Amino acid sequence: MAHDTAHAMHPPTATGLDTRKLAIWTFIGSECLFFATLISNYLVYKGHSLVGPLPHEASQCMLHGEMTACEPIFEIPLVTFGTAVLLFSSFFVVLALNGAQKGNRKQLIGWLSATVVCGLFFIGMQVYEFQHFYHKGLGYTTNLFGSSFYTLTGFHGAHVTIGIIWLVTVLILALRGKLPPEKALNLELAALYWHFVDVVWIVIFPVVYLMR
Amino acid sequence: MSTIAMGHAGTEAAPAEKKGLWSWITTVDHKRIGILYGVTAFIFFLLGGLEALLIRWQLGAPDKTFLSPEAYNQLFTMHGTTMIFLGVMPLSAMFFNYFIPLQIGARDVAFPRLNAYSYWVFLFGGLVLNASFLFNAAPDMGWFAYANLTSKQFSPGLNVDFWIIGLQILGIASLAAAVNFFVTILNLRAPGMKMMRMPMFVWMSLITQVLLLLAFPIITVALVLLMLDRNFGTHFFVPSGGGDPVLWQHLFWLFGHPEVYILILPAFGVVSEILPVFSRKPLFGYAAMVFSGCFIAFLGFGVWSHHMFSTGLGPMADTVFSLGTMLIAIPTGVKIFNWIGTVWGGSIQYKTPMYFALGFVAMFIIGGLSGVMHASPPADLQQTDSYFIVAHFHYVLFGGSIFALTAGAYYWFPKMTGRMLSEGLGKVHFWLMFIGFNLTFAPMHILGLNGMPRRVYTYSAGMGFEFWNAIETAGSLILGFSFLVFIVNILKSLKSGEVATADPWHGATLEWSIPSPPQEWNFAVEPTVDGRDPLWELRRANGGTLPEPARVSGKGIHLPSPSYWPIVTAFGTAMTLVGFLMHVTLWVILAGLAITMIGIFSWAFEPADH
Ligand SMILES: [Cu+2]
Repeated sequence: MAHDTAHAMHPPTATGLDTRKLAIWTFIGSECLFFATLISNYLVYKGHSLVGPLPHEASQCMLHGEMTACEPIFEIPLVTFGTAVLLFSSFFVVLALNGAQKGNRKQLIGWLSATVVCGLFFIGMQVYEFQHFYHKGLGYTTNLFGSSFYTLTGFHGAHVTIGIIWLVTVLILALRGKLPPEKALNLELAALYWHFVDVVWIVIFPVVYLMR
Repeated sequence: MSTIAMGHAGTEAAPAEKKGLWSWITTVDHKRIGILYGVTAFIFFLLGGLEALLIRWQLGAPDKTFLSPEAYNQLFTMHGTTMIFLGVMPLSAMFFNYFIPLQIGARDVAFPRLNAYSYWVFLFGGLVLNASFLFNAAPDMGWFAYANLTSKQFSPGLNVDFWIIGLQILGIASLAAAVNFFVTILNLRAPGMKMMRMPMFVWMSLITQVLLLLAFPIITVALVLLMLDRNFGTHFFVPSGGGDPVLWQHLFWLFGHPEVYILILPAFGVVSEILPVFSRKPLFGYAAMVFSGCFIAFLGFGVWSHHMFSTGLGPMADTVFSLGTMLIAIPTGVKIFNWIGTVWGGSIQYKTPMYFALGFVAMFIIGGLSGVMHASPPADLQQTDSYFIVAHFHYVLFGGSIFALTAGAYYWFPKMTGRMLSEGLGKVHFWLMFIGFNLTFAPMHILGLNGMPRRVYTYSAGMGFEFWNAIETAGSLILGFSFLVFIVNILKSLKSGEVATADPWHGATLEWSIPSPPQEWNFAVEPTVDGRDPLWELRRANGGTLPEPARVSGKGIHLPSPSYWPIVTAFGTAMTLVGFLMHVTLWVILAGLAITMIGIFSWAFEPADH
């Protein structure tokens, strides 16, 4: 998609906005409804699980084939740390973009790598968290909480993964010297998407983890 | 007007005429993609029509055994799904593709390869949905697929899965196209074409894209949840696990009501182009048309529960959704009065497109009025799930959308092919369609109010349903025959039709300023616009006539290169989703993802133009 416009050579658009940037914004607008629906689904079924484990309170749940008392699922400190890391990555990608626009190769590659590392850390945190929850008795189909929680955060994780692949692609371009200042838009588009993925998490984090 | 060189002018040779199958597979030309959409959608439309005729044959007399109940369920489900997703939507997409760039004075859409991708994904989605017939497992639960009829318990076969995956693939096509056209309309307008100078078809298309962008993600999630219930054992819509089947209804109609405007707004746009041209008067109340369209779209997201009055949502919800629904009658009424105001006092040209456009206005008024009737919950409780509803939505979707799209086909056929359609056959087509349509669907009002339920494969003799059902079946045969006349008209015209000039109807918009059919680059010289009816202004300034535009060599005009990556990526996309059809077929999913990734990367890094 990088150069796909019949009018790439014909910059003054009718709105004055870059065509590719407008397309990403449009796509993001559509994605908002996607996540809004998933979040609504989680909220609709909040408190409707027939068995444990539950997000914030102790409950009865099936563990190793017998009904036992289960502790609450969520452990806030780890996910808070992951949220902070993802937030910082949004800041880092802005610094990387600044480097790309100024033609500062070191700044570009350094901060872009940091962004990717943060993204990978977040995904790692999520994988660890899912495993941990599973061992505490929360399978994918255990109850409505498990299904709606894993579906929502799983789709978010998939979006983060796509974002990482996109950023790594741009990073490889940068390492090969193919991201001169006049092509900084290639990073800016990926960065816009990355910010969006972060913002979605900023909604998910309080709604899912903090709200009781 | 001034000559504006696009890109590196000069040394290159003129783009060669492109021929052969490969040139269609790799095309990124919005006009060719428009034709692909049109031909494909028309074939699916005929298939949906055939399904309807089988249904009508079964209902032509009481206690018939022509179709089994199982076959009947599959046919009415596939008829509805096909007509909506594979008929009306892609027929509108044909006009979006072909005429949005021409009407805004652009050389192509914003993302030509993404446009090709949309078409191929649409084609694969349609094929997957219809492949269900080969497995004798066509969807059979109605086009809105209410839970928990769709649960594994009550629908153990693959029928529901084909529907989920088919719609999911089609949704991707619609979303990709919507991003593309939204950006195209906003960004690629020719100099001087301000938003409030855009042709009404472009305006209604723009609003349709917004609806697509906001409504399709909702059905995407709903389909994912249903797929998870069926293939992964979750309980989102399964009561035994705490799930709520009514949530499906909310999600479906949150998408479903905007979807009806996705089906009708392009039709509004087409008719708003045709009525002024054949009345020789500018569109009456242009601004009111724009804002009423926006208002309809806005309200369209707040009325979904009028499909759910019989669910028992309570008096408060019923009142709110009832009032909201009635409110939509106001902007819709504004539109109808503006169309009448456009024709009023005009110098009316009785040509075939005008017949269909006027037919649209009349039929849509009937469908609109019966729509307002079931905005009232007590009336709705009487009418819901009866043939009255079937009558209503065929008056808006066939009497509305299909009449308008047919009007558009007669109006724009000369531009797309360079040939005129026969006026004589066109009028025969109109009268057969008009009479056949009303004979088929008007009696359904009576049958519905007399208590005939929809979606039941037969009825007993002596219930008073025989007479009108026989009339309807006869009407449906006339309706089907009218489309044979249309096909004959098209084939005769392509073979030996009168050659079309650039502007056979004295049109007002930019597509009539270039040769018929347009050359690959559309506009040899980028147009500038300083009014709402640029061609009429030019004609007036020119003393009432316009010179026939010359075909030019196109030397030095810069166009996007053909590419096969869109079809490869589309194939990968469809394959990935098909992997979720029969439980989970991991190798299909992984192979599909790999093809998609290879497609996207090759696409992103191939040079975009020659
Ligand atoms: Cu509705």
